Amino acid sequence: MKFKTFIWFVAPSLFLMLLFIAAPLTSVFLGSFQITQPVVQQVEVETCSAGFLAQTCTTDLQTVPVIDDETGDIVTTTEWVGFLSYARVLEPQRAWEAIKALDYNALMQINFWSALRFTLMFTLVTLPFVIGVGLAIALAVNSAAKALRGPIIFVSLLPFIITPVIGSLSIYWLFVGDGILTRGIEAWLDRDIAMFAQGWTIELLMLFYRVWHVAPFAFVIFYAGLQTVNQDTLESAIIDGASRWDRLRYVVIPHLMPLIVFIALIHLMDAYRVFDEIVGFRAEAHVTSLQYLTFDFLRPDDAGNRAFSRASASSMLTMLGIVVLLIPLLRRTWRDHKGNSH
Amino acid sequence: MYVKRLALAGAVSLAATGAYAECSFENTSEVTMLSAAFEAWVAVTDAMAECGNFTPELDQEFRTKQPEGFAASPSLYQIGGVSNGTITPLLNQETIRPLDDLIAAYGAHLTPNQLIQIDGETMAVAMMVNVQHLMYREDILSDLGIETPTTWEEVLAAAETIQEAGVVDYPMGGTMKAGWNLAQEFVNMFGGFGGDFVNDDNTPNVNSEAGLAALDMMMRLTEYMDPEFLVSDSTYVQQQFQQGSIAMANLWASRGGAMNDEAESQVVGLVGSAAAPLAMEGGAPATTLWWDGIVVAANISDEEADNAFRLAMEGISSETVAAAPDAAIWLIDGYEPNAMATGAIASATANPAPPAYPSTTQMGLMHTALGNELPAFFTGDLSAEEALAAVEAAYTVAAQEAGLLE
Repeated sequence: MKFKTFIWFVAPSLFLMLLFIAAPLTSVFLGSFQITQPVVQQVEVETCSAGFLAQTCTTDLQTVPVIDDETGDIVTTTEWVGFLSYARVLEPQRAWEAIKALDYNALMQINFWSALRFTLMFTLVTLPFVIGVGLAIALAVNSAAKALRGPIIFVSLLPFIITPVIGSLSIYWLFVGDGILTRGIEAWLDRDIAMFAQGWTIELLMLFYRVWHVAPFAFVIFYAGLQTVNQDTLESAIIDGASRWDRLRYVVIPHLMPLIVFIALIHLMDAYRVFDEIVGFRAEAHVTSLQYLTFDFLRPDDAGNRAFSRASASSMLTMLGIVVLLIPLLRRTWRDHKGNSH
Repeated sequence: MYVKRLALAGAVSLAATGAYAECSFENTSEVTMLSAAFEAWVAVTDAMAECGNFTPELDQEFRTKQPEGFAASPSLYQIGGVSNGTITPLLNQETIRPLDDLIAAYGAHLTPNQLIQIDGETMAVAMMVNVQHLMYREDILSDLGIETPTTWEEVLAAAETIQEAGVVDYPMGGTMKAGWNLAQEFVNMFGGFGGDFVNDDNTPNVNSEAGLAALDMMMRLTEYMDPEFLVSDSTYVQQQFQQGSIAMANLWASRGGAMNDEAESQVVGLVGSAAAPLAMEGGAPATTLWWDGIVVAANISDEEADNAFRLAMEGISSETVAAAPDAAIWLIDGYEPNAMATGAIASATANPAPPAYPSTTQMGLMHTALGNELPAFFTGDLSAEEALAAVEAAYTVAAQEAGLLE
């Protein structure tokens, strides 16, 4: 292909990637190194507020932003602050002191580190389950009678179709204090159950929910892969006396390996961004994730304040985390791609 | 059958057009409004819709949409529904206009206590007040011979008696959901113990005797609540009441109407309200006063503002109150308080009176810091001192970032 033709082919995608990926990323990257503040002044303000019978007036000192007379906008200053926002998110000094004193509880009081702890745990624990359960369903469906396969595939795909927020909310309503399932278990065991009163039960429910939600995706991919297993190799393995387990271990899994790596890649990227479960389960008192942390910085309070710089820093750190997690898998894919596995 | 239904629909919409006649002026230009989505706003916007040419947007996310919507030029909304907690960004950005001229022209029926004045200029017109106050099951308290509690210590004693009698699942309910709700509960209790959140130089001041006393009292109350109190918001507590599973709670006055809603409540007529209990002897009731009202955008033409204000006056008129008397503790002329309003009125008129929720930039930062850091105290990860120190640290960083502190 001529270079000119090639350029015309990729130019639109290249342009869109620059516009929608590179440009926002750059602006967030730059934003994490600067802080924009309103210029404020202290003024005495008399505020008369509504009471039921009469107005109540109070005069107090308030800090209010300065408004530019010409544009009508708030006057702001933007300063380069280097790694200040990163330091405010990571709190390295406090973290290091907690690590030196081997005080796990103190380290977990720093929002970033406790969010990182949960995010990593969540990602790494769900990964083998998603692959394992997905593969198990795929194998089961593959050996099921042909007439049943369609309906089984349809039913097992359902959890994947549900929107994550709705899915986690439905789990929440099943297990909250007077949810149907909690009431049922309480009646059965004759004891009071409060799944949302402590962190570990919430984390268990989240792990369960994520595996339930994502395993169907792995299942469909693996099921497609199973259709391409070389039947001759399988048959010769049977003749050689290989058991079901041996065939799975020496023929099927090596064949599916690229797909397993693919699922792992997708799942790591996805699970590291865990967010819906935190919102759906209202878990912010007990556990939060890195994405939730960024969201929390960005969410304006009633007075309209947002922590843009810290949000930028926190999202850059999240991206860095995903890259670090993906490196081993990407290296493997790269090696396979180059064709030499040493 | 289908034709019949169509004809019926036509008749109904004709009748609705006829309702325009109830509107006292002709609304010629298109008016949009953004407000919260609770019952009182529904009543007000319904009344305004009678004039036609009106698009209300009732959205609980209004607090995040309003500042941007009003900062646009021309403003995306002519009218906004705000409370004293959410008016701050609009005042700071000067995106709402003084209403004194409009009130002089069209607001003869407004009472002085409806006018929200900043440095002598009226920036908003309030239509209702809201407080958190004690709601309780009258039947349970009278069965057990308990006097209506007036202090939090008495609430604790009453909760103990109710617990022993075993008549409900949990004696207490609480809007203690981590985040905004929990912070608001602390704000109430801290104020009740006479605390001040922020010093004049914008430094935090919650790690104090009042802070410790407030946390201690809240922790003692949680012992009588559903152990999942950290996920319990106003709607959840309202439902607990409606299902008869709690006997007392510190709840918003605006939730009162739901208690007597026969469609969803099993305790119709059984829930009473009293002033918010005192946290300490001689103090104000442990609550903050809130108002809800309307503001008019600055970035619109004077004619549009004129028209929008007249329409808003149509919404906060005596007819609205007559149509929905129980939807709120109205400030509008013609309001007759019902039984559910007694608690709110007793709170609001107590001596000393509870403070209005402070509408400042610092308070926004403080509220967020409280909501984020206090849960660690209630899960047992931090002591009260440590939690309050964490609140002060979080506030300080946020205030530095917002340019309030060096």
